[in-house]
This record gives sequence, C-alpha cells and structure tokens, in this order.
Amino acid sequence: MSDAAPAFSVQGLGHRFGSRRVLKDVGFEIAAGDFTVLLGLNGAGKTTLFSLATRLYAQAEGTIRVFGIDIRANPSDCLRQIGVVFQQPTLDLDLSVEQNLYYHAALHGLSHRQAKARIDAEIPRLGLADRLHDKVRRLSGGQRRRVEIARALLHQPRLLLLDEPTVGLDIESRQFLLDHVRGLCREEDIAALWATHLIDEVGEGARVVVLHKGEVLAAGSAVQVLGDNRPAAMRAAFEALVREADTA
Amino acid sequence: MRPIHYLRCLAGIVTREGLRFLNQRGRFFSALVRPLVWLAIFATGFQFVLGVSIIPPYQTYIPYSVYIAPGLIAMIDMFNGMLSSLSMVYDREMGSMRILMVSPLPRWFLLTAKLLAGVIVSVVQSYGFLAIARLWDIAPPWYGYITVLPALVLAGLMLGALGLLLSSAIRQLENFASVMNFVIFPMFFASSALYPLWRVKEASLWLYYVCLANPFTHAVELIRFALYGSVEPNSAAVLVAATAVFLTLAVYGYDPAKGLMARRVAD
Repeated sequence: MSDAAPAFSVQGLGHRFGSRRVLKDVGFEIAAGDFTVLLGLNGAGKTTLFSLATRLYAQAEGTIRVFGIDIRANPSDCLRQIGVVFQQPTLDLDLSVEQNLYYHAALHGLSHRQAKARIDAEIPRLGLADRLHDKVRRLSGGQRRRVEIARALLHQPRLLLLDEPTVGLDIESRQFLLDHVRGLCREEDIAALWATHLIDEVGEGARVVVLHKGEVLAAGSAVQVLGDNRPAAMRAAFEALVREADTA
Repeated sequence: MRPIHYLRCLAGIVTREGLRFLNQRGRFFSALVRPLVWLAIFATGFQFVLGVSIIPPYQTYIPYSVYIAPGLIAMIDMFNGMLSSLSMVYDREMGSMRILMVSPLPRWFLLTAKLLAGVIVSVVQSYGFLAIARLWDIAPPWYGYITVLPALVLAGLMLGALGLLLSSAIRQLENFASVMNFVIFPMFFASSALYPLWRVKEASLWLYYVCLANPFTHAVELIRFALYGSVEPNSAAVLVAATAVFLTLAVYGYDPAKGLMARRVAD
C-alpha cells in the first residue's frame, strides 16, 4: 500500500443493470483528509457507485483503488480501509447499541478488548454514552445514524463512504453529522466521500464531484465546480450544469 | 487476516445469532411446540393405525411416538434452517446483510459462519425437545444423548446450507410462503420421518425412491441410529455430500460477480 496514492480513486468505471447503463466512464480521486461531496439527483448512480466500491456488486468495467490497492484484485485489504454508512439503515433494531457495535467489530476481526477501547473512544464523541445499553429500536433516527457512524469508525478505517447519511433527519442532526465527519477529515486525516442531493451540505472547503445520469459532469473544489460556495448560487450553478447535460 | 481474526468473526456471528434467538422467545417456543403437537396429538392418534414392526436400530416393538421422535428432531433442524434463510432474506431487504458482506473476511467464510451459528441454535432446541419428550416416554439410552450430537450437527448443516441456498435465490420476503409449500412440506412427508420406508415401498415404489433420494430422509435416519449409539454410514455420506453441494451453490449465489446476486440486480 502506498501512502502517496489517493485514498480513493475511480477510473473508467461503468455499470449496467441488464441493458440499462447506470454508470459510464466515471473517474475521480479523493486525497487523504479530503471531504468530498458526491452530488447528484436521485437516480444519478450514487448508490451503485457505493455498491461497487464495497463489493456488493461486482465491477465489470474500470478500476476502483483504495490507497492504491485494486479492489478487484484484493478486496479484503481494501475493505479493511473502508468504513461505510449505507443509505438504508443497517442496524439490528432488536439488539442494543453496544451489541451492534461488538458485532461489527467482530466482523472486522477485532478482539473484545480492542472493540471495547474503540467503542469507548467513539461513542462519547457522538453523544451516545448513555444510550449504549438501549435497544436500537428505542433510538431516534438521528441517534441511529450516529451509531452507524461510530460503527463505521470502529476498525479505524482511513476512508469513509457515506451514502446520503442525512436522509430523513432534522436540520440539527444533519448539521451534527456533517460537522463530525468534516472534523474527522480535518483532525484525523480520514478521507470521506459524502453522497447527497442536498446542495447545502457541500459547505466551505469541500471538494465536489457532480454525478448525473451515471456520468461525472464536473469535479474539483466547490468554487471551481459551482463558481461560488453560497448555497443559493451553488444550487443555481448545479441546476445549470444538469440542464446543460440534459440538453446536450 | 490471520486465523485469530477468523475466529473472532465466527464468535461475533454466533453471538449475534444467539442474542437474536434469546430476543425472540416466541421463536423458541414455537420451535418446541410444533414437534410436541405432532408427538402429543398426531402420534397418539396414529399409533393404532400405523403398526411399526421391529426394525433397526430398535430391538423391540416400539410405540409410534418413539418412531417419529427422530423425524420431529429433524423437523426442528429444518424449520431452523428455513428460518435462518428467512432471516437472511429479511436482512437483505432490511440492509443489515450489507454489514456482513462488507467484512474484509472472505464471503465463503461469512456464509459458513452464519450456517454454523444457525446449527448451534438448532442443536440447543433439539436437546430442549429431547428433554421434554421424556414425558412421552421417548427415552433413548443415556449415551444416545451424546452420540446424537454429531448427527444433529450434520443434519443441521445440511438443512441450514439448503436454507442459505434458498435465501440466495429468493427475491422477496413474500416468496417465503412458497418455500413452505414447495420445500418444507414435500421434504417432510416424502421421508422416513412419519413412516418407515419399507411401508412406503409396499404402498408405492416410485414414492419409495423419492424418499430414498430425499436428503431429509437421511437426516432422520442418521439421528434415529445415533440416538441408539450406532451410525448409519450411507446417510452420513449423503448428508456430507448434500451439505457440500448446497453450500457451494449458496456461496456461488452470494458471489457478486457470478450468482443470483448479480442477476437479481440486473432485473
């Protein structure tokens, strides 16, 4: 593994569901410590990209590399570096927060002691210390998402993939998650790919990849891609990009 | 990934299965009540209709309830295998399957660990049934409770692997009802669980061959002989082979590149 290699790089990635093409020649890179927003409307191909990057779907066209390692050649080493928060909730509702976390830690080969140390480190930062023994069913949507973020970090990944993590959450929970993940990028040098269709989640200093109908329309800093970093101006620029692609 | 990581992963999957089982007390009771209903009602009602002559491993005439006990244990295994398959389909629909699948450990290992976890739950339930069945004079020799263990494990593996295979093929939770109709009932009735095969042969030769080809028959016979301290080698061989086939196909089915996972998303 090379530290000079990008945390995540995609080249010429394509995918089809039968005859329907959902990703076409997708390519972009994320450096360590970058917070990158994968911006696209519903149906743009964001979830397909995540499914390919996590080996839920087999990839037929192009390459995906995690810190320089080809995921197809060495899925195990790649998956060890990746923490994932899926769009769909994936916690076991009938188990407690702690039981869900220990389960995930075991799936990554962590010992009980290592898992406990990691849980003790992550859970208080996410404000869940007093909910550790509660069943997940009793938690609010925002709290469940926070547990999923803590879980994704347990095995100390260096790349975090988050697929629309704020769907269905109130403004306060959304902001909390965004601040937390951006803090992780800044302070712990974790690279994050944050998929969303909400332009106001882009924020200052973020990098942006605009995905539309399975193709990358633009990639770069928010200012480079959208010409501004104020939400209203970014929204107008995004809509213009999409319109231009649709009429082309 | 070193062997210790594999072991920790297996322990984690087994613990989760155990916790889910403890959380679903209804599942435990229904798993026990189902065979007990057969034992208490069906076996009592049928004992004068179906005579069972002296056949190995029994050394004397036995009541019908004693005859069907191994079949009812295998039924517990079968329902558990199917329930674990149901939970895989449920996990897939609910998303928690993704967490299992993004573990860095190989997929064949994750599925095998899931299978073993289900077998442990089955074995616990089978012993629970055997304890209660003593009230109906189902009393194999004391050593039978030990010698039956490998048979329970092997039967559990075969039926669990079948469940895994079905779960890789079932698209939606709703389709699970057809599994009941097309897998559980035919496998149970076309076997030696309720009637000895020589009786079936007298009644219908083709049905006899169907029963012989049915791996569930061999699960029942292996358990039946093991309860009395002997081994039925043919049945053991059939179960090992069937487990290998079902598990290989299930691993194939869960392979994102080849199996039904790929085809499913393509639809």
